[in-house]
Amino acid sequence: MNFSEVFKQSNQLCKVSPDGKYLATCVQYRLVVRDFNSLQIAHLYTCLDPVMHMEWSSDSLFILCAMYKRGLVQVWSLEQPDWHCKIDEGSIGLVSSRWSPDGRHVLNTTEFNLRVTVWSLCTKAVSYIKYPKACQKGVDFTADGRYMALAERRECKDYISVFVCDDWHLLRHFESETQDLAGLEWSPNCCVLAVWDNCLEYKLLLYSLDGRLLSSYSAYEWSLGIKSVAWSPSSQFLAVGSYDEKVRILNHITWKKITEFEHPATIINTKAVVFKEVEKRPVVGSEDLSIHQLTVDNSLFSTQSKYEITQLPAQVPVIKPDPDRANPKIGISALAFSADNRFLATKNDNMPQSLWVWDMQRLSLLAVLEQTAPVRCFVWDPRRPRLALCTGNTKVYLWSPAGCVSVNVPVEGSFQVLSLFWHCSGSSLVLLSKEHICLCYVEAGASCGHT
Amino acid sequence: MSPSRQNLHHSLHSTMALPKTSYSVLSAFCTEENISQCIAYINQEVCSLGLTGVSLESKSGSLSAVPVLNLLYEVLQLQRRAQRALHELETQQLKNGSDLEHLQHSNCRLKDQLEHTRRDNSGLHEGERQLQLKIKTLQNWLKSEKEEVQKLQSIISSRATQYNHDTKRKERECTKLKERLNQLLMDKRDKKLSIEISNHVGRSDGKRGLWKTGKMEARHEGEMYKALLSDYETRQRSLMMENSELKKVLQHMKKDMITILSPKKPEPANDSLEQAVSECEEEIGDPSRETLEQSCEQAREQLTNSIRLQWRKLKSHMERLDSQASLVASQEREGEEMMSRKEHEEEMQRMRMELQQCKEFIHMQQQLLQQQLSSPCDEETAALLNDCYTLEEKERLKEEWRLFNEQKRNFERERKNFTEAAIRLGHERKAFEEDRAAWLKTQFLNMTPFVDRKRSALSDSALSVGTEPEAKLQSTPPLVTKSLFSTPKAASVKMPSTADLYRTLHLIPDSRGHGKCQSGEMSTKSRLRNCSTDCSVLSFVRDENSPI
Repeated sequence: MNFSEVFKQSNQLCKVSPDGKYLATCVQYRLVVRDFNSLQIAHLYTCLDPVMHMEWSSDSLFILCAMYKRGLVQVWSLEQPDWHCKIDEGSIGLVSSRWSPDGRHVLNTTEFNLRVTVWSLCTKAVSYIKYPKACQKGVDFTADGRYMALAERRECKDYISVFVCDDWHLLRHFESETQDLAGLEWSPNCCVLAVWDNCLEYKLLLYSLDGRLLSSYSAYEWSLGIKSVAWSPSSQFLAVGSYDEKVRILNHITWKKITEFEHPATIINTKAVVFKEVEKRPVVGSEDLSIHQLTVDNSLFSTQSKYEITQLPAQVPVIKPDPDRANPKIGISALAFSADNRFLATKNDNMPQSLWVWDMQRLSLLAVLEQTAPVRCFVWDPRRPRLALCTGNTKVYLWSPAGCVSVNVPVEGSFQVLSLFWHCSGSSLVLLSKEHICLCYVEAGASCGHT
Repeated sequence: MSPSRQNLHHSLHSTMALPKTSYSVLSAFCTEENISQCIAYINQEVCSLGLTGVSLESKSGSLSAVPVLNLLYEVLQLQRRAQRALHELETQQLKNGSDLEHLQHSNCRLKDQLEHTRRDNSGLHEGERQLQLKIKTLQNWLKSEKEEVQKLQSIISSRATQYNHDTKRKERECTKLKERLNQLLMDKRDKKLSIEISNHVGRSDGKRGLWKTGKMEARHEGEMYKALLSDYETRQRSLMMENSELKKVLQHMKKDMITILSPKKPEPANDSLEQAVSECEEEIGDPSRETLEQSCEQAREQLTNSIRLQWRKLKSHMERLDSQASLVASQEREGEEMMSRKEHEEEMQRMRMELQQCKEFIHMQQQLLQQQLSSPCDEETAALLNDCYTLEEKERLKEEWRLFNEQKRNFERERKNFTEAAIRLGHERKAFEEDRAAWLKTQFLNMTPFVDRKRSALSDSALSVGTEPEAKLQSTPPLVTKSLFSTPKAASVKMPSTADLYRTLHLIPDSRGHGKCQSGEMSTKSRLRNCSTDCSVLSFVRDENSPI
């Protein structure tokens, strides 16, 4: 694995273009676009304020930079660097800004979620959508970019509006049977909309594209409910993670639960492999403590680590959450399916240092990765069944069915990996620290045997 | 004296019991003759009892009455005393008996009472135990209820915190709104929302925007339904495929089950199995129907029902086999007979089938033979028929003869050409050799110590004229030129034989195995024309010298 040099960024704003050719980073109020392969600066733009949000358009021709404090959105073109576009929301303020799937409309959510303004870059026309709901995930576009679902709240009731993204025509508007809608997500085949209630009630509703209620699922009552939801890439499964530390898998034919995955504190399943990260402290002899060594060789301070396979039954470290706080740190907060639909990675908040990988063909636990620090971010390779994760230290961890490996980021000074994402080809990883980014080139067919 | 003593005892006893007969008994004891003996005896007895004896006055020979009366009186006293004692003893005994009885009764009563109390005790124990159990269950229930209450309380508390959190958030938002509203009301300059764009951007799909009309709406609806339908169709297709695969599997299973069940020859008494076999055979005809009506509910039900039926039959069959096996275990000889009979029957079945097959085969062959023999009605047709069988072969043979002749002619031609070519080769080679010799001579004369191997070889060969051992030639094939100087020998004008020719042209593999089979006439010519120090040429040269 090779690592590139380090570049500056601010606000964790670093995105790769959808076609994979460019890498855009924001450094305060500057937008730097680099060619991905050579990492040479291709374009440089200057915005009016420190950028809070940056997004590529779907055709990789435009970049949107939103500055929430001033209520401004600036759009830059890659083809014509001197083309400019500035959208000013005026006194109404700006809370979030995003592209439409066709890359020609900008959707701005105003402050207090008063409305969603749709700006067209083709016609300079403006449309308004009233009463959008401020929730965990109130807007979702279908994968083919044809429809948009928006959650609305009027008169203490939840509604869902389905728009055609072509001309923002309101296709369907129906009431949702939720008490307090927390999020909605389209299935990857664009025909089913999953809608879930907030954590006070466990309710998952499935609506068809034309607004009919297909099914409703509720696992239990009264206790805190759904924490996270994920569709499998083939739309066959819907994984629901809840506060009771379980993931329930629903199937797309009957919309009933086919299995539930538990996250117990003691793992006794003999088919699972438990990888435990073990840090090796470098032994420092007295003659090594020369100034020269300390300055040049920073491996003194960075500890190497490797994975060891723990014998079963294994204990998973549990941190009991504070019962008096709202949104307690317990339950499945993150779910991700691999691109080939065969694996599911889950993270249980009261076992924050462990990451669980499940085999979807056998519907059983495949591996548990126990890290030395809480897992911050994990992403699947968009092409292969390979998982990359980071825990906020200087290492990147990769898991694949062949094994897992921990790699130290060989950067001078310490590079604390706070988040990461894959390039769309799956051949490289972009690692983000607080102020910097670093690229990590991974061999395509690399089989990671555990070191 | 002892018998009379015993008699006395007996008589005394009987005296107590029956005083009336005493006189007669006493008279038996004492008579006129044995008075003194009797007196002595009585004295003895009396002394043993502790009384004074009576003396015998010998003068008169008669007993004085006073001591006898005293003795009698004492004996009577004694007897009275004894009787009293006896009486007392009897009363004592009666008392004891009644006491004993009383005690026994009380014992029985007490035993009964004990039994009764024991039973009561056990009953009480049982009751106590049940009460203990009840206590335990009640305690458990109480515990679970407490736990549930706790859980509900925790749920309530978490919900309460969540609600509080939410309300606080909403309140904060509300205050922010209020502030903003105030700010807006007070703020005079109102920044209008606007967009500044240097030029319009074309649509991503390149098409022009369309007006919003009813047709557009209908189109959107149509597209949406189309998307939904296509999704349903793909799903239905995949489900149908899965369904058909599963059906195939089920049918295979059914067939397997039928084959498992049917070869067993059932005992004549077992009609159900025969029925089953016949039913199976009927159902074999069904699959063809079933494949046609794949989505038909009836066919599906039929298939699953038939599978279930087969499975049940298989199960019952297996059970029967199991029971038979157990029977076998218990009744050895009979079991053996049964097993052997079964095997025997299977064998018989197999043999019968083989027999049938063989018969059919023979029959078929016979038919064919009959046809063969019987069909030709007259000689001519028979001859014709016979002919026509071999016609094809004759034609083939003719063709092959033709080809053979053609090839022979070609070979003759080629041979002629080869001989001519060889002659020409010989001439040219001669010339070539002469040239070469001249060249080599010049080379040798210009020789320096740092020539390469080739040149040294050449020089070596130049020195060693006429001595070329075959082995050396073999070891350094391409660059050997030793044979070159022996050209004068080969420059004879004699015609080389065909075999030699062929060998030299590598058409016949020689002893050294230089297999260059297809060096045709033209190629050798061209090589010689080029006069290159090609290995083939050299080897050619070499080879020609070999038979010499």
